[in-house]
Amino acid sequence: MSQIFHHSTNTFARITIFGAIFVIAFLTWAFDELNRSAYETRATVPREQPVPFSHAHHAGGMGIDCRYCHTGVETSSFANIPPTKTCMNCHSQIWSTSPTLEPVRASFRTGDSILWTRVNDLPDFVYFNHSIHVNKGVGCEICHGRVDKMPLTWQEASLQMDWCLECHRHPERVLRPREFVTTMGYTPAGDQEEIGRRLMNEYHIRSTRELTSCSTCHR
Amino acid sequence: MPSERKKLDLAAVRALLNGKTNGRDYWRNLEDLASTPEFEELMEREFPRQAIGWSEDEDSVEGRRNFLKMMGASLALAGLTACTRQPTEHIAPYVRQPEELVPGRPLFYATATTLNGVATGVLAESHEGRPTKIEGNPEHPGSLGAADAFMQASVLTMYDPDRSKTLSYNGEIRGWGDFFSTLGEILAVQRTKSGAGIRILTETITSPTMANQIAAIQKLYPAAKFHQWEPAGTHSARAGATQAFGQPVNTYYDLSKANVIVALDSDFLASGHGSLRYARQFSARRRVQGGQTSMNRLYAVEPLPSSTGARADHRLPLRANDIEEFAWALATNLKVANGPTKGENWDIYKWIPGIGKDLQQNAGASLVIAGDYQPPIVHALAHAMNEKLGNVGKTVFYTDPLEVNAQDQLASLQDLVKDLDAGAVDLLLILGGNPAFNAPVELGMGDRLQKAHMRAHLSLYDDETSEICQWRLPETHYLETWGDARAFDGTVTLQQPLIQPLYEGRSALQLLQMLTVDPEASPYAIVKGYWGSQHKGADFENWWRKSVHDGLIADSALPTKTPALHGGAISSPSEKPKMAGKLEVIFRPDPSIYDGRFANNGWLQELPKPVTKITWDNAAIMSPATAHQLGVLKETLNAGDEGVPMVELNYRGRTIKAPVWAQPGQVDGCVVLHLGYGRTRAGRTGTGMGFNPYGFRTANALWHDVGLIAKQTSGSYEIATTQNDHVLDTRRQIIQSGTLAEYLKDPESIRAGAEGPPRGLTMYPEWKYEGYAWGMAIDLNACTGCSACIAACQAENNIAVVGKDQVRRGRAMHWLRVDSYYHGGVNNPEIHNQPVPCMQCENAPCELVCPVQATNHSAEGLNDMVYNRCVGTRYCSNNCPYKVRRFNFYLFSDYETPSLKLLHNPDVTVRSRGVMEKCTYCVQRINHAKIEAEKEGRTVREGEIQTACQATCPTEAIVFGDTNDPNSRVSKMKAEKLNYGLLADLNTRPRTTYLASLRNPNPELEA
Repeated sequence: MSQIFHHSTNTFARITIFGAIFVIAFLTWAFDELNRSAYETRATVPREQPVPFSHAHHAGGMGIDCRYCHTGVETSSFANIPPTKTCMNCHSQIWSTSPTLEPVRASFRTGDSILWTRVNDLPDFVYFNHSIHVNKGVGCEICHGRVDKMPLTWQEASLQMDWCLECHRHPERVLRPREFVTTMGYTPAGDQEEIGRRLMNEYHIRSTRELTSCSTCHR
Repeated sequence: MPSERKKLDLAAVRALLNGKTNGRDYWRNLEDLASTPEFEELMEREFPRQAIGWSEDEDSVEGRRNFLKMMGASLALAGLTACTRQPTEHIAPYVRQPEELVPGRPLFYATATTLNGVATGVLAESHEGRPTKIEGNPEHPGSLGAADAFMQASVLTMYDPDRSKTLSYNGEIRGWGDFFSTLGEILAVQRTKSGAGIRILTETITSPTMANQIAAIQKLYPAAKFHQWEPAGTHSARAGATQAFGQPVNTYYDLSKANVIVALDSDFLASGHGSLRYARQFSARRRVQGGQTSMNRLYAVEPLPSSTGARADHRLPLRANDIEEFAWALATNLKVANGPTKGENWDIYKWIPGIGKDLQQNAGASLVIAGDYQPPIVHALAHAMNEKLGNVGKTVFYTDPLEVNAQDQLASLQDLVKDLDAGAVDLLLILGGNPAFNAPVELGMGDRLQKAHMRAHLSLYDDETSEICQWRLPETHYLETWGDARAFDGTVTLQQPLIQPLYEGRSALQLLQMLTVDPEASPYAIVKGYWGSQHKGADFENWWRKSVHDGLIADSALPTKTPALHGGAISSPSEKPKMAGKLEVIFRPDPSIYDGRFANNGWLQELPKPVTKITWDNAAIMSPATAHQLGVLKETLNAGDEGVPMVELNYRGRTIKAPVWAQPGQVDGCVVLHLGYGRTRAGRTGTGMGFNPYGFRTANALWHDVGLIAKQTSGSYEIATTQNDHVLDTRRQIIQSGTLAEYLKDPESIRAGAEGPPRGLTMYPEWKYEGYAWGMAIDLNACTGCSACIAACQAENNIAVVGKDQVRRGRAMHWLRVDSYYHGGVNNPEIHNQPVPCMQCENAPCELVCPVQATNHSAEGLNDMVYNRCVGTRYCSNNCPYKVRRFNFYLFSDYETPSLKLLHNPDVTVRSRGVMEKCTYCVQRINHAKIEAEKEGRTVREGEIQTACQATCPTEAIVFGDTNDPNSRVSKMKAEKLNYGLLADLNTRPRTTYLASLRNPNPELEA
């Protein structure tokens, strides 16, 4: 019986078989990259808001403390988006006729909430609690980035699980003294890991095993 | 497959009835007792029936090809859905944030629920203004921190999308202004004839504010009449008190001081006023722990096994009709009556001397309780016996009646009927209730009510009564409005709203106010105004704020009194009706939907009823022997998938067809019918479920009567019961129990056989739990099987309702189940209830088999379940020896209905289709307490975490805590010699353990 396939077919077959490995590896890599990309996580993408509120101006320029507006951050799971009343504390006096702030005044007049677009949005099966992080010395900027430099607010971190686990496995890398929690641009006075380990002891940070138990965040 | 199942043969049925227990100590149901091969198979299975089978609507889909197609399609879809981005969400902050409210932190407000007009104080949890969960109010004497299933489920009623939402006149939508002007015209006419045409029909009223309104209205319209009708009210108790004392009184008990209790058809542990308090007091006297070595003793005489009967040391099944004879005999023994000392039915008399002696030995520390559904004479006899025993003022207390205008409600209703017939009713206001459905059948209220010229029905639902009223007025839920009502001892309980009315509802208080001189007053102004006029002394505002905060008015309990027994109160026993070959019919409010008012509440419909474990239905409940006489026992036991047989019930010329339920422990010769089912206009959940026994219920036999004829009829009926679901092998020391005497003699004897293997018997190194180690102990000696814990768990953990068809397939989602076990012969077995949550095994079999690591062990010993990882292989459930894992076979959770979105607990994930779930020990509560403790730089305090089931349990049977703390209650309970683990021989090391049940029988009756 004569040969059906020419000799060169062998090479072709080899290329296809080994090539497939590279193709699959490439696709996996591409999918993974896409999954972690800003397109998927929307990290670093400024979000449109009904009022172009600038953290850079309020927190950075004016130096207003985070907790003036985010009142629940030390006591509640939710840091709290300030009520319209908080805006009007100042803006009934300054910029009180600015057209940009009309939605704020309208809200105050009508009693309807300003509908802000959520920037840092965790999935619904994750139960994050602001108060415990703030009380244990996790600074705002660790997760939220340099908010004082954001004209329009964006999400700084990927908010994916491996990002959460980085700190839950190594809290010493991020901890700072409680009094510096809201400080933007904090620099540790010495070796961060050394300070972190001291604070872990001082603040009774739970063991990694406890911090990485499923029910710590999922329920 | 049904066709291949081996049927129970007649010989096995006979053996059953003769009390041959086949060597079985404990049994789950009659099939188990007869040890049929089917039951053996059931035990082997994770789910009772074809779990992989399709729903009714999918019967056409079958075969391997379709299965593969579906698999392929779902894989592809699952892959695609993983690629979506998070949808954009919005945040709507407050405009002016209330001062005390911190978003993300729930607030608790004291308020009051009522049943039959009598209040129980509760705390309602509010998340940013949404009430989501009810807890008992620890400071309220009627609650002591506990809540029952009705209270737990009341939040669902509030968010029920089927509630009456708009006001209508003859079916056209109107506003309150229209009703108000029509009412004004009628009232203008009525004022000229002093209100002779006004009739107001309400449910039982105990509200002092409403009493004040009624007095004001009667001043304006002296000829107007007020009627009250409560289908499951305490009619007999009222009449019995009148018979005994010549005046109606309210009776309540102190069980903490009672050593010997005789319950005459009284389910005082699980139903009726004050039952939460009684259950707490009763079980505290049975806790043989921490050095306490004595127990009270309970004798229960009842037709159908109740929660109280299940806890009794001696339970005597008697027909409802025979209980009167029993009461006479006991009263005769105690020398307060001249009754018979022997009779045809020896059962009645056999224990009398023993019980009488026991009572007399404990004079002043004993108690005879007559059931609400027993005739007045039984109540009168109980009053006489308690007086003779010197119990009055010690274990029994009397006060003035709780109700406003305490009246014979039946006579009142008949009076209304007379006026209706005479055409004398111009305006009929029906405030709550559903008389067209639940009034005695011969009154024909459905038609009679229509003789009133103008009819208005204020109601939560557009129901059978609304249908025949021109004006249908939506009512506010108790969480939406102000009010007040008296508790079991008269304590005024304040009802505080948590939310603005969701719809256009108004309350009964507001409607009555429309008839007064100040018709537009707000409910707050009405209630506060009334108490302002009552309060003596200055500083009303502070007093009022404190009262609202506490949920009750301090020291407002009615003063106790000691009414003298009427001379001719107790004459001689009346002639007992002869059975004459007929059966006795017994009417009872349903344990889960009560008199029908909760028919549209899915949580309650799906709550397995105590003892029978029936869901979604009622049945003609009879003893196995009676079923055998009717020739239906065999079919009942072999029902399987084909459904149980039907009987045709004939009583006083009326006929009803009903499915048969053979209940071990029920007395022979009677049929129990639970009221409330057979609603024709209840809403989407309740309409058409079950059959309607109100069709039999007449004014002169509200609770029981002789003269029922039953015969088998064609057809069968599918009943959804959970008693056959999640069956454990009863031969494996599932229930441990013994007597107090045995325990005191040899403490280790009770749990013998249930020991686990030694801790060292493992190939793995011992794991040390540092920090907290959460655990639970469940005291079987306290559990009454009332099932409030199931409802609490459902509310706390967003557990979905699955519907009758899915329950039949064993797919009910309750994380916590209460299993009933029987011990002894069919006729009068001991009944044991066992709540089974997740055991949180230290060596958890479920964790090892999960291919995607969706269930893991936490550092504190919790068996965590991660929903977002679960792919639904169900291997874990397959490998769970306790059968506590629940799978979402379909999309059971409701993500769509707007009002139900508000109901969900925001701290717990709402689970979707294809996900496994199970008890988490309320990990959201654990985390909350841990975070609060961490912030304060301390450890979690003992008692700071209460799981939902624990918090609501009336008997404190469930205790949760840190087992690493030797001083915690749970550690102390686990150290008791009664403590045992379920299936501990598997070396799963369950964190949930049980305390064996003890009974304290009277040695004189044992012989």
